[in-house]
Amino acid sequence: MASKEYLLKTSPKDLLIRFPYLHAFFAGQTIQLEGKHSLSLQEIIQEIDETGLEDNAFDAENFLNQLQEFIEQMQAFMGQSKNVVDSLTILPGTDKSGTPESFDQLVFEKSKITSIVGPTGSGKSRLLADIEWVAQGDTPTSRTILINGEKPSTDWRFASGKKLVAQLSQNMNFVMDLSVIEFLELHARSRMIANETVVIQRIIDAANDLAGEKFSANTPITALSGGQSRALMIADTAMLSSSPVVLIDEIENAGIDRKKALQLLIGEEKVVLMATHDPILALMADQRIVIKNGGILKVIKTSEEEKNMLSVLEEADRKLQLLRGKLRSGELIAGFDQEKTSKK
Amino acid sequence: MNLITISGPPSSGKTAVIIKTAETLMQRGVKIGAVKFDCLHTDDDIAYEKAGIPVKKGLSGSLCPDHYFVSNIEAVLEWGLKEGFDVLVSESAGLCNRCSPYIKEIKAVCVIDNLSGINTPKKIGPMLRMADIVVITKGDIVSQAEREVFAARVHSVNPAAIVMNINGLTGQGAYELSTLLFNDKHHVDSLKGRKLRFSMPSALCSYCLGETRIGESYQMGNVRKINLEDN
Ligand SMILES: Nc1nc2c(ncn2[C@@H]2O[C@H](COP(=O)(O)OP(=O)(O)OP(=O)(O)O)[C@@H](O)[C@H]2O)c(=O)[nH]1
Ligand SMILES: [Mg+2]
Ligand SMILES: [Zn+2]
Ligand SMILES: [Zn+2]
Repeated sequence: MASKEYLLKTSPKDLLIRFPYLHAFFAGQTIQLEGKHSLSLQEIIQEIDETGLEDNAFDAENFLNQLQEFIEQMQAFMGQSKNVVDSLTILPGTDKSGTPESFDQLVFEKSKITSIVGPTGSGKSRLLADIEWVAQGDTPTSRTILINGEKPSTDWRFASGKKLVAQLSQNMNFVMDLSVIEFLELHARSRMIANETVVIQRIIDAANDLAGEKFSANTPITALSGGQSRALMIADTAMLSSSPVVLIDEIENAGIDRKKALQLLIGEEKVVLMATHDPILALMADQRIVIKNGGILKVIKTSEEEKNMLSVLEEADRKLQLLRGKLRSGELIAGFDQEKTSKK
Repeated sequence: MNLITISGPPSSGKTAVIIKTAETLMQRGVKIGAVKFDCLHTDDDIAYEKAGIPVKKGLSGSLCPDHYFVSNIEAVLEWGLKEGFDVLVSESAGLCNRCSPYIKEIKAVCVIDNLSGINTPKKIGPMLRMADIVVITKGDIVSQAEREVFAARVHSVNPAAIVMNINGLTGQGAYELSTLLFNDKHHVDSLKGRKLRFSMPSALCSYCLGETRIGESYQMGNVRKINLEDN
């Protein structure tokens, strides 16, 4: 553990040699620290006069505490073997009326998909909040969440950069003024991953594979079409997000290959949860949970029969898509049945 | 009574987060009051009243709202004690990136939103750097990557804080925040002798005092000049 005395008498340059990740911390400071190579931290602080410290709203004591904290957290973070989450277990609680949930335990495994169905306001947000907070009987539902079958460390609640759930929803848009490549670089750097360029290329390729129309690495992210944005968000979440669980809140059926998108997430060993009312998506899941009145009412394993239904639904969906295409290009909506025969 | 100071840039979601959090506390029988410090105008009092939360508002007018906060928080605390609240929340508009309303040993929360841009955490100063808890809102409308990058930036300027994502619209995460804020064993009966976490700037110029005329001869006090020389 680096003592304050040690930190004060060392130069930023030497600190960076020992703790390379301090770049991020120094960059967040209002006073210039890098570049003043030979001076110790103490000397740099002393060199800035009173007004300089005021102008920069700089508080030396707070600065040192935060620096120490940052180093401590990073050391702990690096020391951890990757936070592998193989499964998430929910032990039952109660619904809004206090009625106990009827399952024994509910397991979400990595590379498996669970769909979540139930009307808006039925308790999906609460379930998600329970997972994010790794509830230990201390939320309104009294549910308990286990990770890999065990009581998890409180790090999952409090440590920054260690969040259990990544989210994807229809309402999300890119807001940063960056190109695709700049954006991915920024994300990769915040994660401090080693093989940045390789991962970024994989993400762009995967996103282009999911999206109907291709985009280039230099496209501004805010200029991507709806389908392209969604594809990039999914590929980035699959390969670059630190969170082991991904919650998808409906993916629209346009401009993106939803089946491939799910396969990508599964391939990256995510635990996939998907809130949906689209039967095609719901049946792609291995199991689905039904939420009502704030509680989990039922857990249904997707049966062989349902899986068979999936191909029928997909066929119907394909036809609908074709009709939409026709409508768009000004053709007449006729010969729905011929469509089927001509295709075969 | 607990006292909690909440600050953050304009429209970052302070009121939304406070109301959602207060609702979960009120359901558990906790009595809550609020006070809003702002500069020129606020409708937050109406929002609190609608949510069934007794509220007072203070407008600082031409003063920095945080300076105004320090001179008035004692009186506000007395009001809260008289009303018999279990929790008194102060919401301050974080208009002055140089000041913050945080008091030592009094829980300090900064609310900041994902839309404000990744350089905001570095810019907003003690209001973020000295907070115990940082709440990040509006994660529902940006991408996962942007949320992660933004949280990393917040972490780099305040690694000691607990960082939470809360949705101000649905209240997701608000219950969890409430468990970190309310402590029925902690009582603040007086603020006398307590210290601010960070000094407020002493600089005062004639314009701080209401001067409106432009010109060298009207400039008094601590005035500094821009450097326009080529370098
Ligand atoms: N999409 C989204 N909107 C939010 C969220 N939180 C707050 N808002 C909206 O953001 C706007 C501002 O929220 P307020 O709670 O009034 O913000 P504030 O920080 O109290 O604003 P001032 O007190 O005026 O500085 C409102 O329209 C809220 O509904 C969120 O998590 N997601
Ligand atoms: Mg407000
Ligand atoms: Zn100020
Ligand atoms: Zn002034």
